[in-house]
Amino acid sequence: MTQFPTAVAEAGRDMPSGDRTMILNMGPQHPSTHGVLRLVLEIDGETIVGMRPEIGYLHTGIEKTCEAKFYQQVVPLTDRIDYLCPMTNNLTYCLAVEKLLGLEIPARAQWMRVLMNELTRINSHLVWLGTHAMDLGAMTVFLYCFREREDILRFFEMVSGQRMMTSYFRIGGLALDPPLGFFEKVKKFADRFPGNVDEYENLLTGNPIFKMRTQGVGRLSAEDAIALGACGPTLRGSGVDIDLRRDAPYSGYEHFKFSVPVRSEGDVFARYLCRVAELRESIGIVQQALSGMPEGPIKADSPKVVLPDREKMKTQMEALIYHFKIITEGFTVPAGEVYQAVESPRGEMGYYIVSDGTAKPYRVHMRGPSFANLQALAKMCEGQLIADVVAVIGSIDVVLGDIDR
Amino acid sequence: MPLAPPITEIESLKSHPALAGLVAWNATVVQAAKFDREELTVWIVKESIREVCAILRDSADCPFNYLADLTCVDWYPSEPRFEVVYHLLSIAKKERVRLKVRLDGSSAAVESVTSVWPSANHYEREVFDLFGVRFTGHPNLKRIMMPDDWEGYPLRKDYPVEGYR
Repeated sequence: MTQFPTAVAEAGRDMPSGDRTMILNMGPQHPSTHGVLRLVLEIDGETIVGMRPEIGYLHTGIEKTCEAKFYQQVVPLTDRIDYLCPMTNNLTYCLAVEKLLGLEIPARAQWMRVLMNELTRINSHLVWLGTHAMDLGAMTVFLYCFREREDILRFFEMVSGQRMMTSYFRIGGLALDPPLGFFEKVKKFADRFPGNVDEYENLLTGNPIFKMRTQGVGRLSAEDAIALGACGPTLRGSGVDIDLRRDAPYSGYEHFKFSVPVRSEGDVFARYLCRVAELRESIGIVQQALSGMPEGPIKADSPKVVLPDREKMKTQMEALIYHFKIITEGFTVPAGEVYQAVESPRGEMGYYIVSDGTAKPYRVHMRGPSFANLQALAKMCEGQLIADVVAVIGSIDVVLGDIDR
Repeated sequence: MPLAPPITEIESLKSHPALAGLVAWNATVVQAAKFDREELTVWIVKESIREVCAILRDSADCPFNYLADLTCVDWYPSEPRFEVVYHLLSIAKKERVRLKVRLDGSSAAVESVTSVWPSANHYEREVFDLFGVRFTGHPNLKRIMMPDDWEGYPLRKDYPVEGYR
């Protein structure tokens, strides 16, 4: 078979490059592309010789919208970027603005942020595991995963009133203190969850069909992974030991003990093992956050930035004035720029914010982990069968909202 | 936690591995530097950006081998209008550096870094698509988010938020 480099498809032609090959369109409405991802495949029989992802079907111009909003009004927009991990987006944005402001966040808010972030990671990984397994024909895992995910969505609803678009983290802290009984419920879940992970692993890890579909499929070497900008479990599955929670701790992650699962095989199965191990690590962090949760305020003491309590507004003139001013004029942020990176379930999520000293961000750029991972897709699929493309897409856990923004 | 004032003298920032390596290689490529909010920004002469990236990637003590992000800022109506921003990460040393290149609005073009990091491909296409900055030597400089026949560059500051009606 003639070997065509990936560059053939990169040249942007929708014409086959030789007599033996043909062009096949996969998506944007294909059920296993996890959204509106369109892949232009060049195939020789069943074998992929080139691939080009076509994206932009979900482009909503969030970066442009942000420039027309006050800083605090951007928070609900960030939920909608990577809709499987809304709290991670909230966190990255809030951390970036807090860095611009030089704002100190109270310990309880930081620990709550860690707790909610790890629940978000579990939530996101459960969606990934369920859909990935279903793509490969294992229906049961999907039902089990969504059973546990439902519990986590209930926790989100308890603290924020929303199941998905939470906007729970605010600049300067949290929106609300968690309700009575919240920690007990999370504790119950955290005690039960390792048993649930065993359940998923019983169905998949030793399953010969699942192994045949994933082992040795979609290989990516460590050098290629770095050069192509892969991140998160995709990078760790290729043997690169990096995790921003450990390497550049934010929001108090330095107080938590956890290990970073790394596999050297670089195939779909290695990425699966990394993520499943991360589920167990995350629940460990949740347990630590629950047992060490500090008491105290959940918002920074900065009346010009953080909205006052309702009670204070009714009794203190000052608080009422600050509330009115923040809502109508926003708050100004000293000029400057920051890049805040956070380990999202899919890898490095970065927010680059430029401030010109006014109440609206001059520029907000989101560095989406899925956007980065997508570039490695062509390399992983080269020489594989069409059926393997489905396995590989599942293994990098694409979220199109994150890619197109 | 009050903000510390930014440091802008290149001399006092030389301890940072990225700047140390660059000044040792060729000090004339560094236009300016700033250390603000724990982050280092280095302005690079437009013509040398690809070389600088290659030097930093292959540096022996602290290889900045990972391109974390590439984007652009439009400073319309002041000139030079565009700033292309590169965020580099050293996976081994956990160091970060931000490189910037200033471009005039009339000739917004800079050499592509796809030959240094293949991952720059989509980022540069996105900047081209939304800002209209051209990257010379890019293998496939086409629109990525907007339709191919779209007019204008949406993230430019003179492009209305509601779009052209």
